[in-house]
Amino acid sequence: MRLRGLVRKEFLQILRDPSSLAIAFVMPVALLLLFGYGISLDAEHVPLALVVEHPSAETASVTGAFQQSRYFDPVLLSDMRTATHALAMHQVHGIVRLREDFARHLWGAGEAPIQLIVNGVDANNARLIEGYVEGVWATWVDHQARERGAAPRRAVQLQTQVWFNSELRSRDYLVPGLIAVIMTLIGALLTAMVVAREWERGTMEALMVTPVAVREVLLGKLIPYFVLGMGGMALSVAMAVWLFDVPLRGSLAILFASAALFLLVALGMGLLISIVARNQFVAGQIAIIVTFLPAFILSGFIFDIGSMPAVVQALTHLIAARYFVAILQTVFLAGDVWAVIMPNALALMLMAGIFLGLSRFRFRKRLD
Amino acid sequence: MWPHLLGLIVKEFLAVLKDKKSRVVLIGPPIIQVLVFGYAATYDLSHVPFAVYNEDPGPLSRDVVAAFHGSSNFQEVAQITHDEQIVPLIDRKEALMLLHIGPHFSRDLVLGRPALVQVIVDGRNSNTAALTLTYVRTIADRFNSQWGDRHGQFTPPARLDIRAWFNPNLESRWFIVPGIVALLTLLVTMLVTALSVAREREQGTFDQLLVTPLRPVEILLGKAIPGFLIGLVEASAIILVARWWFHVPLRGSVLTLYIGVALFLLAAVGVGLMISALATTQQQGLLGAFLFMVPAIILSGFATPLGNMPSLVQHLTLINPMRYFMVVLRGVFLEDAPLELLLDQFWPMAIIGVFTLGAASWLFRHRMH
Repeated sequence: MRLRGLVRKEFLQILRDPSSLAIAFVMPVALLLLFGYGISLDAEHVPLALVVEHPSAETASVTGAFQQSRYFDPVLLSDMRTATHALAMHQVHGIVRLREDFARHLWGAGEAPIQLIVNGVDANNARLIEGYVEGVWATWVDHQARERGAAPRRAVQLQTQVWFNSELRSRDYLVPGLIAVIMTLIGALLTAMVVAREWERGTMEALMVTPVAVREVLLGKLIPYFVLGMGGMALSVAMAVWLFDVPLRGSLAILFASAALFLLVALGMGLLISIVARNQFVAGQIAIIVTFLPAFILSGFIFDIGSMPAVVQALTHLIAARYFVAILQTVFLAGDVWAVIMPNALALMLMAGIFLGLSRFRFRKRLD
Repeated sequence: MWPHLLGLIVKEFLAVLKDKKSRVVLIGPPIIQVLVFGYAATYDLSHVPFAVYNEDPGPLSRDVVAAFHGSSNFQEVAQITHDEQIVPLIDRKEALMLLHIGPHFSRDLVLGRPALVQVIVDGRNSNTAALTLTYVRTIADRFNSQWGDRHGQFTPPARLDIRAWFNPNLESRWFIVPGIVALLTLLVTMLVTALSVAREREQGTFDQLLVTPLRPVEILLGKAIPGFLIGLVEASAIILVARWWFHVPLRGSVLTLYIGVALFLLAAVGVGLMISALATTQQQGLLGAFLFMVPAIILSGFATPLGNMPSLVQHLTLINPMRYFMVVLRGVFLEDAPLELLLDQFWPMAIIGVFTLGAASWLFRHRMH
């Protein structure tokens, strides 16, 4: 009964200051829209300079192959000087140079007849561009060889299959991860300052002289924000499926069960921050530091955890978003794989227990 | 004017640094973060866990597997013997890639028939999958050309000569670490500025400040200079770490770099103070800081290229000061970009800075409870 009163009080407070509602509902929609469209690792229409030093029928057929590729927006140039200038000005990301003796060197063993120069500053993008250029080039060479009646040159032939995301759409793996990053922000923002605010305003002391138990105070704070957070989560999932066309191959029940666990961790962390900091200024600063950037960089949302050095990999175990990202990517793209879901869900449960337990402990100590 | 201003600046520094928790928050985490993120934020793959399913009894298939063992990009984690083992292996993420060699591989290869190798890749992280496929193709091509050389039965390949400028080994750390300078500089300036006016508003001390004989421009400078100086120290520390710890080459002029740093700080301090002046409570200030910082970082080109975004979003990034700073940082660090090539990045940051600082100053006086 008392708990219900507290929850009601907290809800009223939320409704009066609409910023909590904005955090829970407007933020996921706005951020998911912006990032769902804004973050992509698929390079298409890459501006590319094609330098043809001595035009011929062969070079025309090569440039034609590049013009037809959906990966490139080629610009035809006749000398390297203009092309390198364009590269320095970031007008093109790469230069494909067909040497003047292209036709003569084409099948010879000596100098390569065609050269690719990429701007390597963005290494990942540069590697993708290299792959695309090699693809266009290999297809063209095979085609030419076949026309000349030459036997296929490849001894070993690869048959490649990409499971779960056969077209390698980066959005399909980024959007589920984004949900985790956004929920981290929302969970922490919702709670990081609520307790600190009551201490600062002195209303906490007022609450303390009433007969409510510590457990009830904390639950009274958690329940309303939990409800709000789950609402935001539901919105995000709906957008991922219907707006961004990410396949949802696992079950909704598992998705929401793990989301509930994750939200408990995020809210617990926010609560702990606000109890430890005790003033809003520091609570806000801590929330900015420990939530967004770690969730963005260390969760596996965009950078593969498996490629990090062992020490950093060990550190990522402290980031709750890491477990949620793993569950989300698997449930969305692969399905209900228990071997992935269980350990990650257990880790989330453990973290929720630690954060909420610590909150309770620190909270009580303050009262003495 | 100067003694007033100096007093105000000292007061602002004290407000930020006198609280021990606040001091710890400003100094500790950024240093830890630059080290951790510098190592963590990489797209380069190493030790991709892969499994081998070799049904071929011949020695040639072992040569293929050995080619993968010889690459530092791959690490064998399992060998399987049945088709049914494939699905759980990939589903459970025990291996990222499976190399499947059929029973007739050696025979086909010797007879000059196409010898098939099946490669299955976990696509849950599409970028990792695409890179893994590139590495697999490179190894297969090398194997093929060696095989061709030894048996002389294949026409020599029409070669493509590839070179990467500015970053010859395509290390993504060289791309990411200069970006972290912008990331953490923004973070720290936001921490110092975004809550500062809002806090004084909530405590009522801002009204007292407004009725003192200080002129508006002095109040603005008093609030802006500490954030600017703290940001400058922070940026310098991270630039040193990038250069001397991560060994990212610093090829351009330090002066050009610092013009960029100064203009970016101007814009960042301006945005932070504007948010703080708009907010009536600290909670709103925090919310505003996040609502600016998160999109500013994600849409800056830090992790994903601006060129991949739809044109509407690309236009939106034009108001993001970090977008310009990213180009300056990478340009000076890696490309040895001269000052005149970066002018197009400098003036938008200057405009954003002047506009936001002006707006903040106006809001100080005109926004009351």
